[in-house]
Amino acid sequence: MIQAIVFLPLLAALVAGLGQRAIGPFASKLVTTGALFTSCALSWPIFLSFVFGTGHAEVVTVLHWVSSGALQFNWELRVDTLTAVMLVVITSVSSLVHLYSWGYMEEDPDQPRFFAYLSLFTFAMLMLVTANNLVQMFFGWEGVGLASYLLIGFWYKKPSANAAAIKAFVVNRVGDLGFMLGIFGTFLVFGTVSIPEILNAAPGMAGSSITFLGMRLDTMTILCLLLFIGAMGKSAQLGLHTWLPDAMEGPTPVSALIHAATMVTAGVFMVCRLSPMFETAPIALGVVTFVGAATCFFAATVGTTQWDIKRVIAYSTCSQLGYMFFATGVGAYGAAMFHLFTHAFFKALLFLGAGSVIHSMHHEQDMRYYGGLRKHIPITYWAMLLGTLAITGVGIAGVAGFAGFHSKDGILEAAFAAGGGGTIAFWVGIFAALLTSFYSWRLVFLTFYGKPRWEQSEHIQHAVHDHHHDDHPAGEHAADEHAHHHDAHGDGTAGYHPHESPVTMLIPLIVLSIGAVAAGFVFAHPFIYPEEGAKFWAGSMLAFDEHLMHAAHEVPTWVKWTPFTVMAIGLFLAWNSYIRNTTLPGRFVAQFKLLHQFLYNKWYFDELYNAIFVKPAFALGRFFWKRGDEQTIDRFGPDGAATLVAGGTRLAVRLQSGYVYGYAFVMLLGLVGLASWAMVKFL
Amino acid sequence: MIQVAAFWLFATIVIASAAMVIFARNPVHSVMWLILAFFNAAGLMLLAGAEFIAMLLVIVYVGAVAVLFLFVVMMLDIDFAELRAGFVRYLPLGALVAIILAVEMIFAVGAWSAGKVDLAARAAPAVTDKSNIQQIGELLYTKYIFLFEAAGIVLLVAMIGAIVLTHRQRGGVRIQNISDQNKRRPQDATRLVDPGVGQGVEL
Amino acid sequence: MISVGHYLAVSAVLFTLGVLGIFINRKNIIVILMAIELILLAVNINLVAFSSALGDLVGQVFAMFVLTVAAGEAAIGLAILVIYFRGRGTIAVDDANRMKG
Repeated sequence: MIQAIVFLPLLAALVAGLGQRAIGPFASKLVTTGALFTSCALSWPIFLSFVFGTGHAEVVTVLHWVSSGALQFNWELRVDTLTAVMLVVITSVSSLVHLYSWGYMEEDPDQPRFFAYLSLFTFAMLMLVTANNLVQMFFGWEGVGLASYLLIGFWYKKPSANAAAIKAFVVNRVGDLGFMLGIFGTFLVFGTVSIPEILNAAPGMAGSSITFLGMRLDTMTILCLLLFIGAMGKSAQLGLHTWLPDAMEGPTPVSALIHAATMVTAGVFMVCRLSPMFETAPIALGVVTFVGAATCFFAATVGTTQWDIKRVIAYSTCSQLGYMFFATGVGAYGAAMFHLFTHAFFKALLFLGAGSVIHSMHHEQDMRYYGGLRKHIPITYWAMLLGTLAITGVGIAGVAGFAGFHSKDGILEAAFAAGGGGTIAFWVGIFAALLTSFYSWRLVFLTFYGKPRWEQSEHIQHAVHDHHHDDHPAGEHAADEHAHHHDAHGDGTAGYHPHESPVTMLIPLIVLSIGAVAAGFVFAHPFIYPEEGAKFWAGSMLAFDEHLMHAAHEVPTWVKWTPFTVMAIGLFLAWNSYIRNTTLPGRFVAQFKLLHQFLYNKWYFDELYNAIFVKPAFALGRFFWKRGDEQTIDRFGPDGAATLVAGGTRLAVRLQSGYVYGYAFVMLLGLVGLASWAMVKFL
Repeated sequence: MIQVAAFWLFATIVIASAAMVIFARNPVHSVMWLILAFFNAAGLMLLAGAEFIAMLLVIVYVGAVAVLFLFVVMMLDIDFAELRAGFVRYLPLGALVAIILAVEMIFAVGAWSAGKVDLAARAAPAVTDKSNIQQIGELLYTKYIFLFEAAGIVLLVAMIGAIVLTHRQRGGVRIQNISDQNKRRPQDATRLVDPGVGQGVEL
Repeated sequence: MISVGHYLAVSAVLFTLGVLGIFINRKNIIVILMAIELILLAVNINLVAFSSALGDLVGQVFAMFVLTVAAGEAAIGLAILVIYFRGRGTIAVDDANRMKG
């Protein structure tokens, strides 16, 4: 059954991708979506069996892969709790995204390619999570990177999309280098790449040391750090995060699937899967905590200033990933996976909702041109509202709440309970929660409340004029062709009325809303409660720390109420600035101009990387190209040979002067030479 | 004794006149010196016993070739003044190469004459009872008849070639073409027109 | 005594003079043609000398053919010279580089 789950998307991708001309777009969409829904239907029973305690871990061998001396591993599919959690996340979100894309990509001419890529991505991600050895995991890792590149650059005729796709791939590559070095080091130290064997042998290696780059270092620390670098790249942690906001160039379903629910969580998954290794390297865990907390803080600060609706949600994703990582850093792997689980639902919901807004606003993405949309697109509004309630963590401590409430509070409580670096992470997380609440509600208020502000939007103007072109005959266009910003209606709408999205887009929104509301309190017990958690995670070799989970539940009451408090503060600030007194943001920005510039320009990371890495890399490349290739290799190679021949010819041409006496002279010289040689030889 | 003196005389004058052919300023003088060289060479050959060749040299070379040279030199109306410019520039190198060549040839000759000659391998042994011209005639018309005919053809080709090369079409000369004249019919030569008053005719 | 070596020496010097004449005379084609005749003459003397020394008449027959060819070649050479002069108005070969490669 697990084979069906994993290989159905691959089959669908091949059929749709290679046979698109033969079967046509409708059949391609049907095949891929059908395959995904089948995989989803097969995954939930597995997951629920683990929830109810009837499931057990198993490994299914598919093919014999490598047998080379000491290196032996197969294509194997592992099914345990951790895998099952990821399976439902991946297949559910992917199938809903497939369905959503029916409506969203309806006017796109390349639909079969899109659906094939989506299914291909799903297959690669499934390979990643079912991997029983590090090489197969790396295969899946690279596969999702490839699919991400293909999907971000789906509209390849747009230069910005191409650039974003390359940026994503290259930055990921940096992380992959660390991951590869980690795998190589692991094989060197443990003699195997099989995950169960490594995890069993890990505690035995704690405290040993290894030589790396000429230094004597603690083995497990350096291995875990290298592996974590890979996770940093894939999960867009601070330092290797620059690709995630630009990845919004891809279509919104792609952002929902890849950059919210699945690919970016691969890093978290990897750390959790290898948690016994990390447990033997406290320094590495400290680094993970620090990086996670820093990312969480950084992304939240930048998210408060952005105008593009997708960018805000992208930074929100980055920030939530930071939460997940510092949860793993303090040892609360169950809490991290729980947040991953709930985050998948509400983040996908937010993205798909944003896509619905964008669709109804004729591809306008700037929130400055939104306003008052809740009257026009009510279902989308309710979906976004539920998603925002989930992410900001609205709930009553000890009773129930939306999904994010359970998972995020779980993390924060665990961080507080862990102490040490965890306490700092807790306070950083609290501040980030405040900012999260602020920017999430800011998004909702800007988009759905207030008065319509979209008359100046280029996209809306196009939509309106296209409509007019249909109504009026050709002769009247000269007049209103250039009167771009005329508004006959005077209410900021320019006569454009957004309409609700088609049903294929609304169904996923509704399903995910249910998840965003319920996933928290329904599944909190198995994931993060001490006894049920230990039973739930047994067999997956996750380093589930019962004591920590106990302590997390016993934290003081003020700790339990702080997240809710800061959520309320953020909500109040957002309401104050965007509903009650809309001049406040302008005045704030004017007063704190430098700070705002700094945040708006993403802490100038892109400019920094451009100066430190990109420009020198290009300069190096140019050097090798111009001086190395052209002036050295080409000069002495092909060009040199050609020039030599040409030069030689030029010299030889001088012998053909056309002067007969010259020719006669040469003949004479030849004769003299011949005579001299004959004399010398025969005397 | 007289042969030795004759030889030295002929040899000296041949070499001297050959040098003067090259170094003479006036081309007509060059031709004259050439004629002298030919005569003396003929003398040398007489001494060697090849009367036929010697006489042939005089008749053909002097009588035909050198005269031809003279004709052309005098026909071409050459400007003497500019002819001498640049002469000295090429002299040193040329002289050097020529001297080397001469030395080598003499050297080679000295080396050869020290060796043996196989007289049994002669292609056409000379006999003492017949005259030189008779023997050459016998050889030429029997053994070397093909080459003789070929030489004749070479001369024919040279003659035709010279005519073809220098033949000039003289423009403006109207030659009679008899066959054209005979072919002409009245209707090609005349036509009847009836122009109006004051109109004129197109010719 | 006059041996064949003397004749050969004379012939060698004549040959050399002819060769010299060819390439120091840039301004006068006629002298070049005459120098070629000198070369041929030297060859003739050589042939006759050997013919006499070895008692082999082939040398003289061959000398006759050389004579024939020399005459033909002088005729053609002069014809070319005439045309060349017609086209250029001078017989200096200094700047005649139409065969330049």
